[in-house]
Amino acid sequence: MASATISIPKSLALPDRQPVLGRTAWRTLTPAFFLILALVPICSMVVPESHPFHLSAYALTLVGKIMCYAIGALALDLVWGYCGILSLGHSLFFALGGYMMGMYLMRAIGLDGVYHSPLPDFMVFLDWKSLPWYWHGTEHFIYAAALVILVPGLLAWLFGFFAFRSRVKGVYLSIITQALTFACMLLFYRNETGFGGNNGFTDFKRILGFPIAATGTRTTLFLLTFVVLTGSFLACRYIVTSKLGRVVMAVRDTESRLMFLGYSPLGYKLFVWTFSAILCGIAGALYVPQVGIINPSEMSPANSIEMAIWVAVGGRGTLFGPILGAFIVNGAKSFLTASLSNYWLFFLGAMFVVVPLWLPNGVVGVLRRLLDRK
Amino acid sequence: MNTPKNQAPDRGPAETGDVSGLAHLNIAGQIDLSHKVILYLEDVSVSFDGIKALNQLSLAIENGELRCIIGPNGAGKTTMMDVITGKTKPDGGRVFLGQTIDLTRLDEPRIARAGIGRKFQKPTVFEQHSVWENLDLAMNEDKSWFHTLGSRLSKKALARIEETLGLIRLEQQAGRLAGELSHGQKQLLEIGMLLMQEPRLLLLDEPAAGMSDHETAQLAELLNLLRGKCSMVVVEHDMEFVAALSGRDGKVTVMAEGSVISEGTLDHVKRDEVVIESYLGR
Amino acid sequence: MRRSVCTLAAIILWMIAGASGAIGLTADDLKPLAEDDFDAKSQAIDQIIASGDAVALRLLEALDKESVVATSEDQVLIQEGNTLKDPVTNVPVSTVASEVQPITLNNSLRARVASGLSGLRLQAPDRGVRARAIDALLHDPDPSLKAQIETARSKEVDPALKNRLDQLWALTALQDPDPAKRLQAAHLIGQRKDPQMRGLLLPLLEKNKDGAYAEPDPKVRAAAGDALKAMDFEQWKIEMVGTLFAGLSLGSILLLAALGLAITYGLIGVINMAHGEFLMIGAYATYLVQEFFRRNLIGVLDWYPVAAVPVSFMAAAIAGFILERLVLRLLYGRPLETLLSTFGVSLVLIQTVRVVFGAQNVQVSNPSWMSGGVAIMPNLILPFNRIAIMIFALVVVGIASLVLNRTRLGLFIRATTQNRRMAACCGIRTWQVDSYAFAFGAGIAGLGGCALSQIGNVGPDLGQSYIIDSFMAVVLGGVGQLAGTIVGAMGLGIVSKVIEPFWGAVLAKIAVLVLIVLFIQKRPRGLFALKGRSVEI
Repeated sequence: MASATISIPKSLALPDRQPVLGRTAWRTLTPAFFLILALVPICSMVVPESHPFHLSAYALTLVGKIMCYAIGALALDLVWGYCGILSLGHSLFFALGGYMMGMYLMRAIGLDGVYHSPLPDFMVFLDWKSLPWYWHGTEHFIYAAALVILVPGLLAWLFGFFAFRSRVKGVYLSIITQALTFACMLLFYRNETGFGGNNGFTDFKRILGFPIAATGTRTTLFLLTFVVLTGSFLACRYIVTSKLGRVVMAVRDTESRLMFLGYSPLGYKLFVWTFSAILCGIAGALYVPQVGIINPSEMSPANSIEMAIWVAVGGRGTLFGPILGAFIVNGAKSFLTASLSNYWLFFLGAMFVVVPLWLPNGVVGVLRRLLDRK
Repeated sequence: MNTPKNQAPDRGPAETGDVSGLAHLNIAGQIDLSHKVILYLEDVSVSFDGIKALNQLSLAIENGELRCIIGPNGAGKTTMMDVITGKTKPDGGRVFLGQTIDLTRLDEPRIARAGIGRKFQKPTVFEQHSVWENLDLAMNEDKSWFHTLGSRLSKKALARIEETLGLIRLEQQAGRLAGELSHGQKQLLEIGMLLMQEPRLLLLDEPAAGMSDHETAQLAELLNLLRGKCSMVVVEHDMEFVAALSGRDGKVTVMAEGSVISEGTLDHVKRDEVVIESYLGR
Repeated sequence: MRRSVCTLAAIILWMIAGASGAIGLTADDLKPLAEDDFDAKSQAIDQIIASGDAVALRLLEALDKESVVATSEDQVLIQEGNTLKDPVTNVPVSTVASEVQPITLNNSLRARVASGLSGLRLQAPDRGVRARAIDALLHDPDPSLKAQIETARSKEVDPALKNRLDQLWALTALQDPDPAKRLQAAHLIGQRKDPQMRGLLLPLLEKNKDGAYAEPDPKVRAAAGDALKAMDFEQWKIEMVGTLFAGLSLGSILLLAALGLAITYGLIGVINMAHGEFLMIGAYATYLVQEFFRRNLIGVLDWYPVAAVPVSFMAAAIAGFILERLVLRLLYGRPLETLLSTFGVSLVLIQTVRVVFGAQNVQVSNPSWMSGGVAIMPNLILPFNRIAIMIFALVVVGIASLVLNRTRLGLFIRATTQNRRMAACCGIRTWQVDSYAFAFGAGIAGLGGCALSQIGNVGPDLGQSYIIDSFMAVVLGGVGQLAGTIVGAMGLGIVSKVIEPFWGAVLAKIAVLVLIVLFIQKRPRGLFALKGRSVEI
């Protein structure tokens, strides 16, 4: 598990604040960041298709999708690895962000849908005459972007307020988050809720005027996701290295002792929880235009629990581990579902059993041990 | 059973400076010490599943006092501390900090912020944090989440941490994880955290438990340091330690079966028949 | 000799009939039947019905069978096979079949004939005929038969039939010009409380276009209003009982599912995400037992549930035992990791079942003694299988309570739940207790699956739909005491079913969830949590 320890010489020369990233980390990450920013557009748009370095639309979409998952994993690590709240409902926030962006994308189809109507196709199909009140304004990108942040954020805040105030902890809390996402999934499956029922939103045509399937758009979305991922990582590092981060870790370890020191855990938990939910929402909003579809199965309890395994595989409480974990697990999933689809679930199930048993600190833990031995 | 209720003699407005005489203004964060008593417990009762842990307990601690509380196991000493710090809500009775702060209506963090610090029987430090981080966490400053997000370690704060490290003789271990310390060192760290907290009232639950003689002596020194700065309530079994702390004039309260059975100087209670019956033995 | 007696009798009858004057039918009366004009035919038929005697009955029956014919001189005859008879005298005549034409009727006339027939049959000597006639008229009431109905009603001796005749009479009497009769009819309907009669009262309380009530007499309106209220109340009572029953039924299943969970969570502090799969294992075990019986013991197929109960218990218990030994034990003290691992186990189990049994549902049918139901109120039938399951759940809870409170194992379980360290210090082999208790909890879930197989579909995802509700029941009820789980599960079942008719199943689930979250604000450890000073700092 993580803690912010640094070795201290005799006279306790402490900096006023722990640095967000160590010097070596900055030195490796900064050039890598700019390199990727430069290379990706070249490989996807300039390099010809036959060339081995070409990045196909499939590759762009796949990696972009996994990066969105990585942001979600990051968010979950913040609440689980650092605050000790195992949320089994984080995919709800992911999906909600996706749905908000999806509303904008559905409106952006304009009159190019199957029914050539200003209303989205599924509404015409259900014989609805006008847009429900909560759809108004979603034709504006800014408004939809605001919703991406507000809707998951508000829901998380409300839920967190009631749950944390009642001091529900541990397993009970996890179960309740699971029930929350399950209930919302059921709600979104209903046609009357106005979000496309079990088909959800799909058949997007354009985003901000650009055709959604064009290589340029895909590359831009990819790079945007990459930037957001990097930004989220740095933001989370900032939080975790601040005093708030230390308090939050104390909440994870011995909450009652912390209360006797005068800290009210509610504010801290709510902050981390809401921030995490908003991060997930943003990840979902980036996910939808790249993948091209959003439906209620995205908020299923099974999806949330999968997010937890990404974090566990990577190493919880390390921030970098979950990003790695998301790539490893989803990479394996792509590979296996293509070749051995029947066995993917066995593999996933086995991972769930094996990782907590034998790799409690995940891949990052293993790497650390190897580095320590050297 | 003699349960004296401590109250300073009534002084007129000319002396206290309080014009209205009876009115006590409840100013947020300030403890009203106009009657020189910092803690009142009046007829506090707590029962768990039918067993009375506290039975009409009444106690008053004067400002600046060091009170030792002794008594057999099960007397309700830890429950009393739970009630004061807000961990347990009493079934009946009143608990006041100063004249105006009703502790039964506040939760643990707010009671801690009001100025009550507690040391537990088992050393409870943050094992996954380093020693200096533990002290930093305990430091008496704004404890809201918003403040800690952007807070930086000022020179003054750093100086305080260094000072406390020196007092508790843990300078060498400043960077070590608290979980790696020995039992006695953890106890001292916890005292250090309490020093950082700068409480007005300190509750110590068997602070010398599990300490070597050397460490106990160190502890006695530290507590003497604190003596002037805050009021203290010390629950102990080690009679030598109690003698060292209370000296000749310090008050000692004896509890048994949920209420006070005797109060006075150590010599006085040692000679009290009731106390000898229930606790000290012959 | 006989022939002359018959003829004599016929002549005497005919003379009596003729003497009775207005009631008797003559050949002239029948003549319009032979004409083409349907209105004339209609009047003739009315006359026949009004006369109401044996001749009329014969004619109507013949008209119903469409065996009434007419000669070229408009003489109406009844054809039976090759003989033609005079309807009035019932004596065969010499006219040949080829000389006659069948009499045609249209639909409305046929309907009149049918109802008239029923009206006359109301007084038939045979009870069966009378009963059928009453049914026919209840189905298709004809106000013009009022007179017949009243006579039949006054003469009827059979109480059941009299009851129905009363209803029939009330039906027609509501249109009667005499307000006293209408009042009587409204009262009668109110007393009977038959929901089918409700529709008759409603028009009485409606207003015409000009604002006046359809029913002019206020006393009749009042009586109708009272009757309606009485019937609505009766209906509401039935719905309440129905909802209560559905809630208890759902609750009993949740109880079986949640009981095992509560025991293991209280004991080990682990929420087992594979718990739903124990339900599934129990259900599939029941399926296998059924198949076994079908193949080898077809004679006693009806009793397969009796064998399925222990089998499903053991199957799930063994699975639980293995899970505990292989996985849970190694993750002791890490509840969140355990949650994840058990989720993995759940995935593996579901996928295994999918691969072995197929992804579709398998067929598990109720034995004959569990099929059908008992009607405790009109319109409310309680199915036997659900009643059986409620009784089963109670028995299981009783046994579980016995095990927990009266056996050594139960004592050890309770001790370990309350204070593991102390129990270990007392010499209790806590690791063994863990395994057996977990197996016991899993076994109970297996029994729940066995019960589920009797009332629902059995498929690989069976456990998934109940797992969240079981968790909620445990959260609500608290752990450590059976009473908590019972109240939690039953309460959850009833509250869900009560909300369902108003908001639908999905919103009911959401509402229940919100209620639980709000409830734990007040009592974070559930309804029946273990009290006492917690041993943490």
